[in-house]
Amino acid sequence: MTETIRSLGRMGIFLGHSVAAMLTPPWRPRSLIKQIHFIGVRSLSVIILSGLFVGMVVALLFQDTLVRFGATSMAGSAVGLSLIWELGPVLTALMVIGRAGSAICAEISIMRTEQQIDALECMAIDPIRHVIVPRFTAAMISIPLLTAIFIVIGIVGGYFISVVLFGLSEGAYFQGMSDTVLMGDLRMCLVKTLVFSLLIIWISTAKGFYLHLVTGAYGSEGVSRVTTMAVVHSSIAVLCADYLVSAIML
Amino acid sequence: MSATDEQNLIEVSGLVSHYGDRQVLNNISLDVRENEILVIMGASGSGKSTFLRHLLGLKAPSAGTVKLLGRDITTMTRRELFDLRKQIGVAFQGGALFSSLSLIENIELPLHEHTVLDKDTIQIMARMKLEMMNLLDHEHLMPSELSGGMLKRAGLARAVIMDPRLLFFDEPSSGLDPVTSAELDELIKQLRVALNMTIVIITHEMQSALNIADRVTVLHHGDQIFTGAVDELHASSDARILNMIHRRPSRHGVDSDYIDQLTR
Repeated sequence: MTETIRSLGRMGIFLGHSVAAMLTPPWRPRSLIKQIHFIGVRSLSVIILSGLFVGMVVALLFQDTLVRFGATSMAGSAVGLSLIWELGPVLTALMVIGRAGSAICAEISIMRTEQQIDALECMAIDPIRHVIVPRFTAAMISIPLLTAIFIVIGIVGGYFISVVLFGLSEGAYFQGMSDTVLMGDLRMCLVKTLVFSLLIIWISTAKGFYLHLVTGAYGSEGVSRVTTMAVVHSSIAVLCADYLVSAIML
Repeated sequence: MSATDEQNLIEVSGLVSHYGDRQVLNNISLDVRENEILVIMGASGSGKSTFLRHLLGLKAPSAGTVKLLGRDITTMTRRELFDLRKQIGVAFQGGALFSSLSLIENIELPLHEHTVLDKDTIQIMARMKLEMMNLLDHEHLMPSELSGGMLKRAGLARAVIMDPRLLFFDEPSSGLDPVTSAELDELIKQLRVALNMTIVIITHEMQSALNIADRVTVLHHGDQIFTGAVDELHASSDARILNMIHRRPSRHGVDSDYIDQLTR
């Protein structure tokens, strides 16, 4: 119990330190661009592919349901709202956890085991500012953009099923969507994706950074353990936060 | 500050350290004089690396004080400790180079962080240190392309790039062949003269220690069993030190019952 409280306190201080360092100079544009490339650009193919198929399957399932109620013209609204409210932010977050969050945690924990973080401390260079902040900033920029791409591609996938395959008129698909999706829905999507970005990068970096304080975690086995913990904890945190944000904002 | 204090760049007094409930260092006290090479020796698990972490301020002691350059680092704020560390160089066992940076970028890093020198001047300074370590031809290689000995020399080049007053070197000889190890020992001795440094070396290699040390401290299961000149070490009658000098296995080193079980 004491260890859990201590660990939570450590995580809180880590977050505070990271956010404070993120908002104050000096910034490192070179490291930031590198991390945006790693988290954002290199996740694009996964996001485009999954967004396309998620949009297609949502349109397919809604088509089947809406036919029963004679409301097939609502397909555009259904696809749009599903993607903006829930599927876009949550699935993008889970994809980024699997592709980038795990890799970031593993990389930082290896830096810890190879004494690179100690070396920074000994060179009087703040490891949080040097190692963590570029990843924090990159995640806060990249994940919302990836979410937007996921949603747009999902809408294209839904269009293919509803309009091309089932013959719904193009006007009905997009008109239905623009009639039902309100500014508040987009706001909730933005809040969700920002909260998820923060949770993913916070948990992934902190788990790696504090590898040496995890009892029994050592060497490659320790890296594997904290990486698994980072993926599991950040996925659960995203799903919990999804409910909380929805409950507050709906 | 007294005259004695001025000569001691490191003063450790009554240092006690724990990992959880387990005590790993017991009442360690020592001084390191200016321009001296002190070698801290001991077998694996004797507490050498933990002691180094205390000297670097990477671990807080359970009791005792550690003074570097006349200032107690156990009571310092993080900012004060960072200011002090600018006068200290540390060469880690495996080099601890950043895998995403080339060799020269690794060496330049402290200068970029702590000075306002222009890029060209920083590059010239980094090349001087690389030349000193005989690494100039490899400046654009990545750490993954360097051998173990080159990594250690690169770590040393980065440690001395700011011309520190104090240099700590963790296990300079481990994992190296005897020739490379001897070359590194010579390099350390040259550094002391060329850059007027005070050097603390952590090692378990007796030959290397005797070759470079002015004084030696020996740790054994967390206890400080010897501190003195190399000649005094040779004259010691302590069985634990004699075992180390003559590379004799400890009486309790191998569990004969366990061996019996394995071979039965």
